Amino acid sequence: MNEIETIQQANTAYEAGVQKAAARFPERKKMFTTGSNAPVNTLYTPLDTKDINYVEKIGFPGEYPYTRGVQNTMYRGRLWTMRQYAGFSTAEESNKRYKFLLDQGTTGLSVAFDLPTQIGYDSDHALSQGEVGKVGVAIDSLADMEILFDGIPLDKVSTSMTINAPASVLLAMYIAVAEKQGVKPEQLNGTIQNDILKEYVARGTYIFPPEPSMRLITDIFAYCSKDVPNWNTISISGYHIREAGSTASQEVAFTLADGIAYVDAAIKAGLSVDDFAPRLSFFFNSHNDLFEEVAKFRAARRVWASIMKNRFKASNPKSLMLRFHTQTGGSTLTAQQPDNNIVRVAIQTLAAVLGGTQSLHTNSKDEALALPTEASVRIALRTQQIVAYESGATETIDPLAGSYYVESMTDRIEKEALEYIARIDSMGGAVKAIERGYVQQEIQDAAYSYQMDIESGERVVVGMNKFQIKEAPPTGLLKVDPIVGEQQSQKLRELRAKRDNAAVKNSLVTLEKAAQGNDNLMPLILDAVRCYATLGEICDILRGIFGEYQQKVIL
Amino acid sequence: MSERMALNILDNPRHLARLITMIERQDPARIEVLKALHDKTGKAHVVGITGPPGSGKSTLTDKIIGELRNRGRRVAVVAIDPSSPFTGGAILGDRIRMMRHATDEGVFIRSLASRGHLGGLSRAAAETVRALDAAAYDTVIIETVGVGQSEIDIVRCADTVVLVAVPGLGDDIQAIKAGVMEIGDIFCVNKADRDGAERVVRETRAMMETAIMNGANTRFSGLYKAVYEHTVQQARLRGENVQEDPHGGALRIPPVLLTIAEQGEGVSVLVDEILAHHAMLSDTEWLLKHRHENTMWELRNAVADNLLGWLDNANAHSQLANAAEAVLHKDTDYYQALAQVQEGIIAAGLRLVSD
Amino acid sequence: MEQKIRVLVAKPGLDGHDRGAKVVARAFRDAGMEVIYTGLRQTPEQIVNAALQEDVDVVAMSILSGAHNHLFPRVMELLREKNMDDVLVIGGGVIPDEDIPGLKAAGIAEIFTPGTATGTTIEFIKNNLKRKA
Repeated sequence: MNEIETIQQANTAYEAGVQKAAARFPERKKMFTTGSNAPVNTLYTPLDTKDINYVEKIGFPGEYPYTRGVQNTMYRGRLWTMRQYAGFSTAEESNKRYKFLLDQGTTGLSVAFDLPTQIGYDSDHALSQGEVGKVGVAIDSLADMEILFDGIPLDKVSTSMTINAPASVLLAMYIAVAEKQGVKPEQLNGTIQNDILKEYVARGTYIFPPEPSMRLITDIFAYCSKDVPNWNTISISGYHIREAGSTASQEVAFTLADGIAYVDAAIKAGLSVDDFAPRLSFFFNSHNDLFEEVAKFRAARRVWASIMKNRFKASNPKSLMLRFHTQTGGSTLTAQQPDNNIVRVAIQTLAAVLGGTQSLHTNSKDEALALPTEASVRIALRTQQIVAYESGATETIDPLAGSYYVESMTDRIEKEALEYIARIDSMGGAVKAIERGYVQQEIQDAAYSYQMDIESGERVVVGMNKFQIKEAPPTGLLKVDPIVGEQQSQKLRELRAKRDNAAVKNSLVTLEKAAQGNDNLMPLILDAVRCYATLGEICDILRGIFGEYQQKVIL
Repeated sequence: MSERMALNILDNPRHLARLITMIERQDPARIEVLKALHDKTGKAHVVGITGPPGSGKSTLTDKIIGELRNRGRRVAVVAIDPSSPFTGGAILGDRIRMMRHATDEGVFIRSLASRGHLGGLSRAAAETVRALDAAAYDTVIIETVGVGQSEIDIVRCADTVVLVAVPGLGDDIQAIKAGVMEIGDIFCVNKADRDGAERVVRETRAMMETAIMNGANTRFSGLYKAVYEHTVQQARLRGENVQEDPHGGALRIPPVLLTIAEQGEGVSVLVDEILAHHAMLSDTEWLLKHRHENTMWELRNAVADNLLGWLDNANAHSQLANAAEAVLHKDTDYYQALAQVQEGIIAAGLRLVSD
Repeated sequence: MEQKIRVLVAKPGLDGHDRGAKVVARAFRDAGMEVIYTGLRQTPEQIVNAALQEDVDVVAMSILSGAHNHLFPRVMELLREKNMDDVLVIGGGVIPDEDIPGLKAAGIAEIFTPGTATGTTIEFIKNNLKRKA
C-alpha cells in the first residue's frame, strides 16, 4: 500500500467515526460554509491536495506562477506599504491629515477625493451641492492640488489616488505640482486607480461611456510608459466588487476579466504588452474568513500569471506578477458595538499579510458611522504595525502554503474564477458582459442571498444579529463643515478672476479638437491643468465629445 | 367630485397619477371620472412598443421621448412590467432608463405592474391610455415586455405598434414570427452594432414578403392598399401622373429599421416612420377603422370578463356544482348538463354589473 | 385588481453605492410591493416628480456619502410644495445618530442605519403608511 492508500483507509475509518459521533451529538449546522458561502468539509487531508503539482501550481516566491508571492524575499526584505486612505473637506484640512499620518509612520499616501471631483464636477456645480468635501477632499484645480501636497516632497513619498473617470486630470495635476517642487515626472512614485470598468458595475463614479473611457486609460498607459515610468497606471480593483456583495471567487474573476479587457485595449491601441503590463497593479478586499481570503490572494496571483503568460505571451517576468493593494472590508464593519470592528480589521489584516499584499489600508472602527477620526485611524494603523512586528506572520514567506485546506481552496477559487472568465469571454469580454448587465446581476444575486442569510440568522454577525446590547449613540464622530462647499465656490470665483482666461480657453479648444481625433490626450490635459483650467471645465469638454454613460441596472 | 377630478387632471399631474392608481386597482369610482373625460379622448396618437426582454425597449422609448419632445409633442408613457407570480411584488424597471425626463413637464411616465392577470391588465392599460389621452398628451406610448398573446392584447389599443428585436437573442426571430403579422406596423432591430443585425433585418423582410405572397391576412396590407389608392386619388386631383403599381400597394411591406438606442442612432428615422404611420392612418380613415375594431375588441373582452366574474360568484357556483354532480352520478350526460346550466343561467336573468 | 404598496427607491446625490438600495428594492418586491428604482445620481426634483407620476405610497432614499442633511430635507420641501404630504418618506445609509432628529423634524419618518434588517424596514412601511393601501 502506498502512502495515499494508507491515508485513504484511515480517512474512511475517521469518517465512519464522524458519522457515529454526529449521530449522538449532531453538528452545529447542516452545512458549513466559507464567508462566501462555499461548502467546507469536516477535514482536509493529503487526499485533497494529492493532485497538485507543487512546482507548476505552487512553486517558489518570486517565480512563476507566483502563488507564494511576487518577490523572492517578501516581507523579510521589506514590509508592505502601510497606506491609509484619507482625505476630506478642503485641501488644507487633508494636507494636515497627511502630515499626521506620515508622522505616525505610514509609508505612503492615499488620497480620497470627494464625489464631485470623482465625477468631474466643480464644487460650484448644481449637482455638487451637499457633496463637497464629504467623502474626500475637494479638488477643483491645480491651485487646490498645490495646497494638498504643500510641504510633502513628492520625490520622497509614494501617492495613491483613488480617481477613475477623470484620472488623467488628477494625474496631470500631480505631475504639475511636482514640477513646481522641482521634481521630475520620472521621479514620481504612486498609483492612480484609473479602473473605469468596476465603476460601471460596483462603485458608480463613471462619467463617459466605455469606449472613450478605455481610450483615456490607454492614453495614460502610453504616456506614463515613456514619461512617468515608475507610476502604477491602473489599480484594477476587486475591492468594490466585493463591497457590492460578490463572493471571493467573483472578486477574483471579475477583477481579472477587467484586467484582460484593459490589456486587450492597450494592445489594440498599439502598445506592446511588456511596455505597460509591468505597471498594472491590482486592488483587493480582505474579509473575515481568514483562510478563504488567503486562498483568494494566492489564486489571483496564479491565474493572472497564467493569463499574462499564455494568453498575452508576455515575456517580462514583471508583466506576469500580480502586485496588489488591499483594503480591509468596509462592508464587514458594523455600526453596532463599533469597537468590535477593531478585531475584524485585525483578522482581515492578517489575511492580507498571509496572502502576500504589497500595500494595505486598514479601516477604522467608526467607518460604518462616519469618516474616521484621528484616534481611530491611529488604531487602524497600529493594527498593521502589530501584525508586522509582533505576530510573527512576516518572518517566513507564505506560511499557510501546504495547508490541505488552503491549497484545496486556492484550487477551488482558481477553478471558479476561470469558469467565470470563460463565460465572460464567450460574451465578448468584460465590457460586453458589463453592458449586458451580466456581471452586475451576478454580484447582486450574491449580495441578496448574503443579506437574506443574515436576516434568517443563518449567518451570524456579532453585535448585529446576535449578542446585541443596548448602546448609547456614538460620540466624537468626524463632521465635515457644510461651509466647505461655499469656501470652494469662493476659491473658484477668485481663480477664474485672476488666471489667464485666454490661455485656459486655448488649451480647452485644443483639447476638444484632439478628443475628436486619436492623439494622446495626456499632454493636452497637462497643458490645460498648468494654466489652471478647472477639473469641471476639462471634463465638460470631454463630456461634449464623448457623451455620458447611462447606468445599466438589472434588478 | 369626479367631475372636478376630471377637470383637474388636465392641469394637475397629481390628479392624473391618482386616477391611474384608481384604474390600476379597478376602483369602481374611476368610472365616473373616465366617463367625464370621454369627450376629451381620441386625440392622442397611441404607440405600442413591444419586444423580448433585453431588446432595449426602455432605452429606445427614452430616446423616442427625447425625439418627440424635440418635435414639440407632449409625451406620456405607460410602461408595463410583470409581477412576480409568487409574491405579487414587482420591480418596475423601465422608468430607470427614462429618468432624465423626470423634470420635463411635457413628459408623464407611469409604470404598471401586471398584478397577476394580464386580462385585467389590458383593460387597465386601455383605460390608462384614455386618461393620458384626455390629459392632452400628443403621443401616448405603451411599452410591454415580450410578444406573447397577452402582450398583443395590451398593445392592441395602440394605433401604431413598433416591434423591437435584437440580434443574438437566439429565438428572437421566432418571437417576431409569432407576433409579426398580427401586430407589427414598424419593425425595429435594436442594438444594430451587434453581429447579425443585418441578418435579422433580411429575415424579417423575407418573412413578410413570403407571407404576402402566400396571401396572408396581415395588419398592414389593407392599410397600404388604402394608402396607395389615396395617393393615386390625390395625384389625379392635382392632375399629376402616378407611377402605377399593378398590385395596388398590396406588396408593400412595413419598414424594418436598424437602431442603436444607447447612442440614439436611427431614432430620428424611427420617429419619422412612427409619425408617417399615423399620417397614413389619418389620411385613409384607417385610424377610425382601426379604433373601431379595437373598441369592439375591448367591449368583447369586458363582456367576457364580466361574464366570468359573474360565473365565479356563488350563484353560478351552486348551479355548476349541481350539474357536475349530476354528470358524475350519471344522472345526465355532460352535454345535457351543459345545456341545462346555460339555460339556468339565462333563466336566472343574466344581470351583470357593468364593472 | 388588488391594492399594492408602491415604493420609489431613490438614490439622491452623487453617491454610487447602491448595494443597499438594490437589496432593499428586491426585499420590497419579495414582500409583495411594487418597486420603482430611480438609479444613481438623482436630483431631488427628479425624485419628487417620479414619486408624483408613479403615485407611490412610499419614497425610500439611500445616501452613504454624507450629503443627507442637504438632500433629504430638499426632497421633503419639494413634496410639500406639490401637496404630497401623504407620502411616507424614509431614509437609509451611513447617517450619524446626531443627524437623525434634524432629518425627522424635516419630515423623514424614519432613518435606517447600517445593519438594519430589510424585514424591519418592511414592517415599518406596513405600519406607517399615510394613506390606505
